[in-house]
Amino acid sequence: MTSMTSSDIKADTGKVPESGPAIRLSGISKSFPGVRALNGVNLSLYPGSVTALVGENGAGKSTLVKILTGIYQPDEGEIRCDGAPVRFATTMDAARLGVTAIHQETVLFDELTVAENIFLGHQPKNRFGLIDWSRMNADARAILERIGARIDPEMRLRDLGIANRHLVAISRALSVNARVVIMDEPTAALSHKEIGELYELVFKLKAEGKAILFISHKFDEIFRIADRYTVFRDGEMVGEGLLADVSQNDLVRLMVGRDVGQVFPKVPAEIGGTVLTVSGYSHPTEFEDIGFDLKRGEILGFYGLIGAGRSEVMQALFGITRPSKGAIRIDNELAVIRSPAEAVARGIVYVPEDRGRQGAVTAMPIFANVTLPSLSRTSRHGFVRMAEEFALAREYTARLDLRAAALDQEVGTLSGGNQQKVVIAKWLATKPKVIILDEPTKGIDIGSKAAVHAFMSELAGQGLSVIMVSSEIPEIMGMSDRVIVMREGRIAGTFAREGLTPEMLVRAAAGIGETP
Amino acid sequence: MMPVEKSSEPRFVRDRLQGRSERIVKSWESLLLLVAVVIFLVNVWSSPYFLDPWNLSDATFNFTEKGLIAFALALVIISGEIDLSVASILALASTLMGLAMTHGAGVPELVLIGLGTGLVCGAINGLLVSRLGLPSIVVTIGTMSLFRGISYIILGDKAFTGYPADFAWFGQGYVFWVFSVELVLFVLVAVFFAVLLHMTSFGRMIYAIGNNPVAAQFSGVRVERVKFILFLLSGLMSGLAAVCLTSRLGSTRPSIATGWELEAVTMAVLGGINILGGSGRIGGVVLAALIMGMVTFGFGLLNVPGIVMSIFVGLLLILVIAIPKVLNRLAPAKKRG
Ligand SMILES: Nc1ncnc2c1ncn2[C@@H]1O[C@H](COP(=O)(O)OP(=O)(O)OP(=O)(O)O)[C@@H](O)[C@H]1O
Ligand SMILES: [Mg+2]
Repeated sequence: MTSMTSSDIKADTGKVPESGPAIRLSGISKSFPGVRALNGVNLSLYPGSVTALVGENGAGKSTLVKILTGIYQPDEGEIRCDGAPVRFATTMDAARLGVTAIHQETVLFDELTVAENIFLGHQPKNRFGLIDWSRMNADARAILERIGARIDPEMRLRDLGIANRHLVAISRALSVNARVVIMDEPTAALSHKEIGELYELVFKLKAEGKAILFISHKFDEIFRIADRYTVFRDGEMVGEGLLADVSQNDLVRLMVGRDVGQVFPKVPAEIGGTVLTVSGYSHPTEFEDIGFDLKRGEILGFYGLIGAGRSEVMQALFGITRPSKGAIRIDNELAVIRSPAEAVARGIVYVPEDRGRQGAVTAMPIFANVTLPSLSRTSRHGFVRMAEEFALAREYTARLDLRAAALDQEVGTLSGGNQQKVVIAKWLATKPKVIILDEPTKGIDIGSKAAVHAFMSELAGQGLSVIMVSSEIPEIMGMSDRVIVMREGRIAGTFAREGLTPEMLVRAAAGIGETP
Repeated sequence: MMPVEKSSEPRFVRDRLQGRSERIVKSWESLLLLVAVVIFLVNVWSSPYFLDPWNLSDATFNFTEKGLIAFALALVIISGEIDLSVASILALASTLMGLAMTHGAGVPELVLIGLGTGLVCGAINGLLVSRLGLPSIVVTIGTMSLFRGISYIILGDKAFTGYPADFAWFGQGYVFWVFSVELVLFVLVAVFFAVLLHMTSFGRMIYAIGNNPVAAQFSGVRVERVKFILFLLSGLMSGLAAVCLTSRLGSTRPSIATGWELEAVTMAVLGGINILGGSGRIGGVVLAALIMGMVTFGFGLLNVPGIVMSIFVGLLLILVIAIPKVLNRLAPAKKRG
């Protein structure tokens, strides 16, 4: 493991070698109340090379990205661009020096069009100095096509689902001509099709000589597209080198400080009677004739491409949108669910995919988020009981391996993966009968993923029924008792766990070959 | 090279980042308390009449009725909405009370009509906002004109006078020594709203809605119902303020309490209620009410004209809101650990 020793490249003496870093950070530290997010880390990005940055949830990866893009100022440390010291005092500085980023939590504007979002701040102008709309729309269309996104640039952003929003954010990052491209978990919750396009794009950018920083919790993709790696643990850099010299286990061990057990620790649960029956479920625009049933203790996976209508079906089941046709039965009794409150009262809960908008109240503390749907349980005669709230929050966040400074910390100040854990904890704490998880482990690191899956599996063993919408094939295959594949708003196939292969899922999702 | 054998057991997460004392010292209320003490001392120093208990008691009428409105309004604002019709509800409630009085209504009827008008007006606002999903700023600007317009139609340029003698108790009576009925009501209502906001599940839902209504709805909170109740409460408090003010003045003109909606909003915002919703506490609003009352009273003793008074309150508002931001700029995140 000598290759992983963090021998700092002492290239300062003499001239910068040909393949010197495009950007180099050294001794960067950054603290927040109660936590030292970065502690003297070093990182170098080389032209024409993809560097993977790995580390557990809360290790400091996104904080580093924000420092590189001028959003945060480091407390200490130095940034050099082509060997010359620079300061990213504002986001403008970073953009001017050719750094662009796809952030983990993207900030886009709901009321603007897709094209406006992509070009906001650098819209193409005509000779009168006004925005050149036709060129902007055409350019936007070209960028979207480049990443294989089928989105009309003149659509309003608020009409897009989270995955398509993410594709818009990617396009935005690519709309500027940058030398350094940073991608903070770009493939989280994209399906295999979009992921494939994104890899192509990364290879193209690399061939163009850009320096790329790629943050991901998925090891297969890291080994597929990256050349170098840097590992963070608890805000420190604990290793760097060439990926060719290490194995996945080496990286995990560096990252977590131990070996991670089985990632999909599915224990066979006793499958009981039918809990939920959905039949003839239809929506005027989103889905058509959806029918399935869910048994006690069962984990039912839902796979499909972006836009297949999976989230829309789930949101209708949860009472967010109204189906136009169809019925659901809970415990063989006809049920009408008109609002999330009614769904929760009947024991059906939904962990949404868009945690920033739908999942968490980010400006409120962790404990208040966890207890929000369980207030009737943690309060007495309508009065909140803090001790009960902290106890409940502590119990469930500990099971999910939450890393935080304190339970009264605002959820918005947690790392992305830890925010996700809060959202899952919040819903498990309601002790539901049926839990619908939409991309449950999006942004969660490998060790915590094992914790989440183990917890899910344990609860299924106790009779919880789980619907798991996921775009991660290994997760779907590893955790599900049964898998339903959706395509263009319809069910394209149902598969049992035995004999299921990734190819079967991919083919069904794409509509290739006969559907079983 | 870090040792690899270190295993990472689930980490202990503390309950609170700061201790109770640190939270209190750093709170908005502490800043307000400081401001209140300074204004109090300035008043004591500049006028020998200020410390007289009866003078101080008189001074409380500067804020008691507005305060009643501001407490309920604070909850509405925290939930991300606004109610600009509060003063007009007060006017309409007072007018209808006057109308009833001319038809021989007694004290209990008058109080019921005052409160009832408030509830009905609040329900109208609430229905328009929560059921039809209209923006509250538009709805309540509309009902602001509507409610006061009805008062003008009923009263024209006349006034209702001659309320029954017993009715004066609400606005002119004393419970004990210098403690007026209004002041006691103010305290009771403050306690009620503080408990509701800070100690109940309902209060927690208000914060959740104000911060992220979508996530609140996704969490099973009945967003529409909570908002409806808040507008109802706001109307009810305007009705209560109408009872107090009408009783104190002993008459009703359609122009009664003109401009109070902005004073109530000022009181709430000065009290640390985030105008964008999601944060703020009742304690701050109480302090803001005291501050505004003391300023008005102190300036009154010094014969400062009213317009100077509103300029001062405006400046105070901007200053108090700007101070924390400026301090933050000047002292960039201190290094820790
Ligand atoms: N604005 C903030 N205020 C307080 N703490 C913060 C803030 N931003 C980040 N942190 C803390 O800094 C640490 C590092 O967070 P960061 O987002 O960089 O993690 P990460 O490596 O990106 O994790 P993930 O894989 O979950 O995205 C975390 O403990 C987080 O809670
Ligand atoms: Mg992150």
